[in-house]
Amino acid sequence: MSFPWAKEYTPAHPFMKWMDEKLPVPRLIYNAVGGGYEVPRNLNYFWNFGFLAGLCLVIQIVTGIVMAMHYAANTGVAFDTIEMTVRDVNWGWMFRYAHANGASAFFVVIYIHIFRGFYYGSYKAPREMVWLLGVVIFLLMMATAFMGYVLPWGQMSFWGAKVITGLFGAIPFVGEPLQQWLLGGFAPDNAALNRFFSLHYLLPFVILGVVILHIWALHIPGSSNPTGVEIKSESDTVPFYPYYVAKDGWAIGVFAIAFAAMVFFFPNALGHPDNYIPANPMSTPAHIVPEWYFWPFYAILRAFTQDFFFIPAKLMGVLAMFGAILVWFFLPWLDKSPVRSGSYRPTYKKFFWFGLIPAMAVLFYCGGAPAAEPYVMFSQIAGLYYFAHFLIILPVVSAIEKPLPLPYSITEAVLGKDEGAELAPSA
Amino acid sequence: MARILSILVGLFFTVALAWSFGKGAYTQITEPPALTAEHEFHLHPKKVHFASDGAFGKFDRQQLQRGFQVYKEVCSACHSLSHVAFRDLAQLGYSEAEVKAIAAGFSVPGTDPNTGEATMRPGTPTDYFPKPFANDIAARAANNNAVPPDLSLMTKARHNGPAYVYSLLTGFTEQPAELLKEFPEAKTPSGLHYNPYFANLNLAMAPPLTADGQVEYGDGTKPTVDQMAKDVSAFLIWTAEPKLEKRKQTGWAVLGFLLFATILGYMSYRNIWAGKKH
Repeated sequence: MSFPWAKEYTPAHPFMKWMDEKLPVPRLIYNAVGGGYEVPRNLNYFWNFGFLAGLCLVIQIVTGIVMAMHYAANTGVAFDTIEMTVRDVNWGWMFRYAHANGASAFFVVIYIHIFRGFYYGSYKAPREMVWLLGVVIFLLMMATAFMGYVLPWGQMSFWGAKVITGLFGAIPFVGEPLQQWLLGGFAPDNAALNRFFSLHYLLPFVILGVVILHIWALHIPGSSNPTGVEIKSESDTVPFYPYYVAKDGWAIGVFAIAFAAMVFFFPNALGHPDNYIPANPMSTPAHIVPEWYFWPFYAILRAFTQDFFFIPAKLMGVLAMFGAILVWFFLPWLDKSPVRSGSYRPTYKKFFWFGLIPAMAVLFYCGGAPAAEPYVMFSQIAGLYYFAHFLIILPVVSAIEKPLPLPYSITEAVLGKDEGAELAPSA
Repeated sequence: MARILSILVGLFFTVALAWSFGKGAYTQITEPPALTAEHEFHLHPKKVHFASDGAFGKFDRQQLQRGFQVYKEVCSACHSLSHVAFRDLAQLGYSEAEVKAIAAGFSVPGTDPNTGEATMRPGTPTDYFPKPFANDIAARAANNNAVPPDLSLMTKARHNGPAYVYSLLTGFTEQPAELLKEFPEAKTPSGLHYNPYFANLNLAMAPPLTADGQVEYGDGTKPTVDQMAKDVSAFLIWTAEPKLEKRKQTGWAVLGFLLFATILGYMSYRNIWAGKKH
């Protein structure tokens, strides 16, 4: 939304005036991330992660395009073309490591971004659409990352593809034909590798499109903030440029240092050694695990070890794994609290810090561990809490908890007093 | 209504998980899983240091040459090195003439220029290391039904790879008496060899480095089994990642620049926000 006090774009140079009449892209940028976008003045560092996520998408697209120039999606040579890129292409090793670790960096950033949303109630009205589009982006990211991991055609690529596409086989009646249709065969092979490459190249641009919608939808109500109180007056906001450009700018520096440290000094720390072994359909790895960013959901998948009434355990696992993400779509309507920010919701806050966060930590750990006890039991307890948190605790707690008194405005929260408050009728 | 629906869905998943947990816990108590020999006797790799370790690590070229010699004289009988070309050996400090001579010492598959028939010819620097077996079937037939893996990426294809290779090469031993006492059925089958650093304790490879002096080093280093194992592990760090030095050096330059840029960014952030409480 354009607040009445937001500055208007006024081109000075004749060329910019001409441009503004014909194709007002500079005006669009000015209003989106320039002086024309008024943003709450009290954003904390958790609000930097949206910008960082955009940066990660750009890094992935740029490094990915370079990787694709040297890659061949053919099971006979895919593994070798990656090794050739790393060994014989100028700076090929850097692009490869930046792309592989870039996926991890993207997920680190996006998980923080999502959990920022959980804590501060960013999904609530009037920003439901921002949230829904965000969950769509997350699902697209997961699909893209999964297919990207298959492309080097190492052992984990092959067996990961086999396990994940095998999940579709759990769907009653249509499962098996569906799985064969998706793979273009009975097991992952050349047909699957080719279509995964095609989609892995396509989906990032779909993500980019949804990101644009995400930002568009965000600009209608404007950014939320740590108090959860909506913007009331000019003193609540600062223009995005220069204030948040400067803040995001130095946050990018910190992010880039951490990212460079991974790429140049620990490039294989987050990867699995087995993926340096070429795919071999005749030899199953001892432990098949996906990349770390899938671990919580992989733990939920494996936590269902018993048939539940007439539903087979495997189907339960698949339903729960997808359900664990799909439930996020319903958050704006499951959370009934009139108060947005977790900082003013004493009960919800406790469940967030002492329930959801530890449960996620356990799921992360167990998803990467072997499918053996005690990890399965831990993930069963953590998974139980996960579903209870969103589907039972959140709707009930949000209806009965007594929130703390909110500040009148962002200005009052920051400065201690807001002159506007004295003029306003007491609410 | 929405709330009741959500609680019902929540109960569906939580009850199913509680049921899985209950059954799992009950089985765990009534039938605790039996321990296996692998579980009790498998060892993590030994601690070993290489010149290329650490953020400032560099290859010891002398050691890489010794390691290459061990590969050439011992390992290459069974193990391929398919991602490495002879020209790459120049990075170990060999001169152009030496690389040519090394390449010529290997015979690689070629085509007879007169008849067009498949033949063998001496290698040239642009050739890759030839495979010791024509295919996996031939490899299996010659190696007690096991395919000797390619070594190019070995130190990246195992957890803690360099130490793993070193430990495996020096870890062959008699099967411990306690193991046989506890797990009589886990006796090493004939044709396999006991090695606690191997995941399932028994591997088809016979101890390849058996005696001190098995290779003769030209630089005066004493070729003990331990030294040869260390040298060939160092060589395999290089084959797995020939760009390791460049990566680390570039990393420091990048980090230096980023640190400088970030400090400037922080100062401008402080400057712009000065006087603006937030």
